[in-house]
Amino acid sequence: MEVLYGIPVLGVFIQLIAYLVQVIPPFGFIILGSATPLALGALCGIMNERSGIVNIGIEGTMLTAAFFAFLVAAAVNAAFPADPIGLFSATPALVVGVLAGIVTGVLVSALHAWLSITVRADQIISGTIINIAGLGFTSYLNRLIIGPNPRAGAGIFSPIEALSGQTSIPVVGWIIDMFLKSGPIATTMILFVIGLQIMIFRSRWGLRTRAVGEHPRAADTVGIDVIALRYRNVLVGGIFAGLAGAYLTLEANSSFQNGMTAGRGFIALACVIFGRWTPIGAFGAALLFATSDVLGSVVQLRPPTGDLAQLGSILHAIPAEVFSALPYIVTIIVVAGVVGRSVAPAAVGQPYEKESKAT
Amino acid sequence: MTTPSAKASTLRRAWDRAWSVSAIPLGAVFLALVVGAIIMIGSSIFATGTFDPTLPITAYSALLQGSLFSERALVSTAVHAAPLVLGGLAVGIGFKAGLFNIGASGQFLCGALAGAYIGATLANAPGIEAVPVSLLAGGLAGAVWGFIPGALKAWRGAHEVVTTIMLNYIAATLIAYLIVGPLGAKGFSFARTGDTGNASLPILIGDEGHLGLLIALVAVPLAWWLLWRSTLGFEIRTVGANPSAARYAGMRPGLLIVFTMSVCGMLAGLAGAGEILGISHFMNASYGTSIGFDGITVALLGRAHPFGILAAALLFGIMRAGEGLMQISTGIPVEIIDVVQAVILLFLAADVLVRRLLRVRAARVAVDELQTVTRSYGEQAVR
Repeated sequence: MEVLYGIPVLGVFIQLIAYLVQVIPPFGFIILGSATPLALGALCGIMNERSGIVNIGIEGTMLTAAFFAFLVAAAVNAAFPADPIGLFSATPALVVGVLAGIVTGVLVSALHAWLSITVRADQIISGTIINIAGLGFTSYLNRLIIGPNPRAGAGIFSPIEALSGQTSIPVVGWIIDMFLKSGPIATTMILFVIGLQIMIFRSRWGLRTRAVGEHPRAADTVGIDVIALRYRNVLVGGIFAGLAGAYLTLEANSSFQNGMTAGRGFIALACVIFGRWTPIGAFGAALLFATSDVLGSVVQLRPPTGDLAQLGSILHAIPAEVFSALPYIVTIIVVAGVVGRSVAPAAVGQPYEKESKAT
Repeated sequence: MTTPSAKASTLRRAWDRAWSVSAIPLGAVFLALVVGAIIMIGSSIFATGTFDPTLPITAYSALLQGSLFSERALVSTAVHAAPLVLGGLAVGIGFKAGLFNIGASGQFLCGALAGAYIGATLANAPGIEAVPVSLLAGGLAGAVWGFIPGALKAWRGAHEVVTTIMLNYIAATLIAYLIVGPLGAKGFSFARTGDTGNASLPILIGDEGHLGLLIALVAVPLAWWLLWRSTLGFEIRTVGANPSAARYAGMRPGLLIVFTMSVCGMLAGLAGAGEILGISHFMNASYGTSIGFDGITVALLGRAHPFGILAAALLFGIMRAGEGLMQISTGIPVEIIDVVQAVILLFLAADVLVRRLLRVRAARVAVDELQTVTRSYGEQAVR
């Protein structure tokens, strides 16, 4: 492979691939970890948008869920302290915390569903309300309740085995290793992605959901209850956003900070668009964005050297900010149709009114 | 000849009209303050250590004391309201063209950086030149950041909600990079731009009432004139109401969208430059703003009408100016204001709640006029 490095332009690209092959395995679990909230948030977005609802409130939903997951886990831990048991060193507090995160996600989504389906309010405004309220309310309670008790918390889930070495199976060893070094939410996230992909494109529910998202009037005509299906899907979407929130405070970090989602909900939205409204696509986008984000710091930690020196000098010339802004830039390019257009389900954003009511 | 009774009925009709326009926004604000009070009472045990049902009264009166009851407080309210007026117009004018500008914060940041950098460069030039040039740079930078989503929508059909959200984050990252890197000043312990010196806005009233107040005050009638007294404004409103009809009538929706977004961006950029040149006089790498969400709230509360936006911005100016004193004297965190803001938006979006709870009959809120906004999301409508 080294002989190819000298080719102009293309050579640098080959060097980049060689570098990624070299650095991704040891950092694989970090990439999977930072992709997890993005992918789960994107699943929430897909559940919404596939059934015709815009949700720009993923950020606020995630943040609120992260807060209440942390708060409930901390309270349970203080009331019933218990030793970690079994796989992932789960404690009752952590499990209850995750459930609290999910319930919070569903409740916040219920508000979004009510505003956009029943009230038929503008769905962008509904999402904005959730974002403002999510940030304001959690910061308010954080300062009042958690602020005075800085040691509150319930610890975090641990990976299956945190071995320092890598699994010795060739080629795929690092992928297995990646999962072994990840916690429960990151691991199950993959199952949700695959499951939802199959459900949306291979099940009766999926067909109906896509019909409701593309042409609700036609779906209604063949006897699908548009309103009920939209409600159900938005609420299920809340489960994913809730899990994403719980991941942030119970698996990735052991504390809550104001505004800790830090734009992840909007990157999740970017994943939905970049992944063309499919779970697998969104997961791929999440991995890509996470890799780009991690690469920014990996280049500092382990700069490409030796044969890859040319690549090293190029990567060093690129500011780290470019790597972190990549999701946003890529999304604009994709929605502008510069490199293949990404088109939303046709009925997204339109409140549905039954014909009998309208006339 | 007008008889007294005819005059009275004209007055009555004007009053009815004013009431029908403002009933829902006022009701929404009132109900949101009530919800805020309930949250305060519910969390009073954490704030003061005891259950205290009178806490909202003390908190709200501290808020008013910090924003209205002294000359200093009044100036502070005006200073807080000025960027909200411009931010509200940056969103509200977009609404009139059927555009949802979520990108005010990115446009604000670009304007702020341009103002800060040009201001620092002209720090030693005479103020009469330095101030207008720096402000202009801010407005221009904001306009460029508004032009991008406008152009992407007009010519590529990319929905502005998606592109402006993404541009907000790109702006924040870009600014951090530029201030840490090429545009930063040397010789400081943290990354920041140089002092704006002579380019700083002159103080007109009180200790902090800078020229930006006047700019905001002038922008309101100008925006009104643009929207309701100029041909361009008529075309903008037609495109907002019905892009196809506008095209049939010989207007060019694409160009109008690009123009409107650029104007919106310019207003947000001016707000950013005004904040830097008028208050902080430099910009650090982590400078952030809530103008995006605040602008949306102000624009909706003011029913996307320039004078309504002025009133809404003053209301939020009161809350922002008084929240500090409220936190100090009652222990209620300032974030309660964000919660109240979200609840105001909630009642505006679900105005059916306001009607039921307060038994008012009034015209529906601007939210209803905006239905065109998200409707185009899935269809890549305008071309």
